Amino acid sequence: VELQDKVVKIIETIARSPGPFTSDESLFDSGVLDSFALPELVAALEQAFSIRIPDSDLNADTFESVSKISSYIQRQS
Amino acid sequence: MSFLSNIAAYVPSRIVGNAELEQMLGTEAERIKQTSGIEERRFAAQDETVVEMAVAAGRKSLSAGEGPAVEMLIVASGSANRRFPGPAASIARALNLGSIPAIDLPMPSAGAVFGIALASGLTPSYRQILVIAAEKMSQVVSEQGTHPNVAVLFGDGAGACIVSRDRGVARIVDVLISSDGTFAEALQLGFTGPMTMDGRTVIMQASRKIPETMLLLLARNQVPLDSVSAFVLHQANQNLINQVAHALGMPLERFVSNIERYGNTSSASVLIALAEWECAVGFKPHTDVVMAAFGAGLHWGSILLRGTEPSD
Repeated sequence: VELQDKVVKIIETIARSPGPFTSDESLFDSGVLDSFALPELVAALEQAFSIRIPDSDLNADTFESVSKISSYIQRQS
Repeated sequence: MSFLSNIAAYVPSRIVGNAELEQMLGTEAERIKQTSGIEERRFAAQDETVVEMAVAAGRKSLSAGEGPAVEMLIVASGSANRRFPGPAASIARALNLGSIPAIDLPMPSAGAVFGIALASGLTPSYRQILVIAAEKMSQVVSEQGTHPNVAVLFGDGAGACIVSRDRGVARIVDVLISSDGTFAEALQLGFTGPMTMDGRTVIMQASRKIPETMLLLLARNQVPLDSVSAFVLHQANQNLINQVAHALGMPLERFVSNIERYGNTSSASVLIALAEWECAVGFKPHTDVVMAAFGAGLHWGSILLRGTEPSD
């Protein structure tokens, strides 16, 4: 939950529209993020969690929702 | 060592504004501008082909200066109108280039950068190589279809240049080209069916790979990023150009952009942009310019150019 909260906070700083959004909801279908927010999101996640997201993981599915992002970060950390 | 010269462009005369596309595709004109930076693009006439646009750009290039005969032709296009032969041989014939080797690169977006990179490696054997990139994306969109949000991005046009062993307005200092098939399905056009693009994946990949290729290229040539006077990128989307400028920490003013007027002309875009930039600003002696492109494949790459002295 702590990790999810941190992810939500990061998304809120980048969000195109304020939400609210649930953890399983698509951040794109709901209009919270658009495609061009993604590079910004990736950079913010890398910085916040001190990780390097490899090119092979830069695909739409990984960053679809808060829960997917959190699971991914958990696997990386 | 090789040089770049005779940079030329051709765009069709028909201007298609966002309002016209809104009527055709239902995507709001203002939304097109907001999501891509595009206000208008050029569409070729129904009977105007990739070959004809390539020949128009090639003629301009060949007439732009004196020099030894062209010994090879390389043509990039992702929108040629048949499976084989590709357009290169027809273009060579129309330009009266005789029986020189005419090579097709069936590569959209990054095709011109790959063409110039390959040509620069071949100049020891072929003194002057004409490189052309030509696209009729409007035909792809109208005949095979794609999502309206993707369809609105594209325009038609062609660009050309000569890669020479001896002389040019800029020396090709170094080239760096790369490919990765991991995301081959993220942007594709089959023989039938619509062009598909997983825009989010493409944007993430491009936003990382374009800055990386340029930084690697500059680093291995000991060129400080800040000393690059102009960045000429594939004109895919203004938001992507903005992202790259931001990632590099460079002022947006150094990034050549004409996407507002021409849309994304795929492989042709970087040469059209370079041709316009050369007319407006031009190479200065010893000043560095970086070209870069990214596209379906994934293929991406960059080229470091350095302005020559007039006597070079």
